[in-house]
Order: sequence, then C-alpha cells, then structure tokens
Amino acid sequence: MAENVTPRVRVPSKASAGEEITIKTLISHPMESGQRKDKEGNIIPRSIIHRFVTTFNGETVIDVTMEPAISTNPYFEFVAKVPESGTFEFTWFDDDGSEYTESKDVTVG
Amino acid sequence: ALVFGPRIAWATATDDAIAEFTGGADVAEATGLTLTAPEIAENGNTVPIEVDAPGAESIIVLASGNPNPDVGTFAFGPLAASQMASTRIRLAGTQDVVAVAKMADGTFQRASQEVKVTIGGCGG
Repeated sequence: MAENVTPRVRVPSKASAGEEITIKTLISHPMESGQRKDKEGNIIPRSIIHRFVTTFNGETVIDVTMEPAISTNPYFEFVAKVPESGTFEFTWFDDDGSEYTESKDVTVG
Repeated sequence: ALVFGPRIAWATATDDAIAEFTGGADVAEATGLTLTAPEIAENGNTVPIEVDAPGAESIIVLASGNPNPDVGTFAFGPLAASQMASTRIRLAGTQDVVAVAKMADGTFQRASQEVKVTIGGCGG
C-alpha cells in the first residue's frame, strides 16, 4: 500500500435544488508509472491509482479510468448536479487493491 | 484493438487506442468537443488539461508522444451537470494531446492540441 495516501475534496456544504456545483479532488499518491528506473537500472514497478469514481446518493457523477500518464497526486475538477440533500461518495482504486474513500454531505434548502 | 508485433510508431499506438475506444467507428473533427491544454509546458510532469463535450457519454484522452499513449477516460453519469473535467497529466516531450468524445447520439469527435514540453515527464 502506498504510504500517506490522503484524499482531499472541496465541495460546498449547501446548495439550492438542481444547482450545478464544482467539485475539486486531490489525493496524495506517487503514481509510480512503471517507466522509471532506479540507480541500478532496474525498472521500478508500476503502482498507481487506476480508477476514480464519484457518486451522489448512489448515482454516478463521474467514473474515471486512469493510466500512468496521470500526474503524481491526481487532481480532478468536474461539475455535479445536486437534486436533493445527500452525500457525495468519492472512491479511488489503487493497483494494490486498496480503496481510499471520502464523503461529503450537501444540504439543499 | 489487437496489436501484432512491436509498435513501430507511437502514432500507430494512438490510432489503435482510438480504434479500441470507438470500436472502429468514424471519428469526425470536433464541433462539440473542446480540449484545452497549454501551448508550452515547462514541466512535463504536471500539465493541466481540460476536456468539455456537452452531452457526451465519455471522453478519452491520449498523449501521442508518450511511451504508452493512454492517459485516461472520463465517463459521465446522470448527475454530471456538464460533461467536462480537468486534471493534470505527464507528457514525455513535445507532442499532440488528443481527446476523442463519444457523443450522446453515439458518434465520435476528435480534438487535438500540440503542447511544447521543456522538461519531459517520463523516465528519470
């Protein structure tokens, strides 16, 4: 498991019904590409987060397939619709089988 | 797409990746897809890009000059307010970044943007 993997998400805590809100996510992760070599010339094995999913009340907002060309500390910005009060769930899937999750509540009203 | 033998040119690998995404369908020049990338990136390790294709189901991003052109695929769900996303990518050197969108009607559109890279973002 990659060390010190910390998800950070910015979501407004309040919205009006149907409002479009901008979400920014960042997760600390080396995203080892599998292209680099160590001092002895051995290839450092690939170890990346290969998928990122955001849902709101169980419905998909965005589902991203990630390759090694995504930069270290993957960053995503996108726009979601908020039809009612509820919870955003963010999940990052690591090559090593780990899943990192974060959730944010949004109140409509 | 199936690839037989070594990949001779990276451009071929990009074409293969596009064919895999489209299932071999025709790809039109972009009218409803916008790819935003800097003309010059000093650091190829972290190059900001944005894709925007109103109504699209999904958008694939490719870096034609990387050892492996695949960058990522954005699939939009019912609660995506618009079909746009931005992220940061690695570019090995100066090259064309390519985006292909699958539109709501099942057709495909392609946009590309050359990015001049001062310090490459692969190897090391």
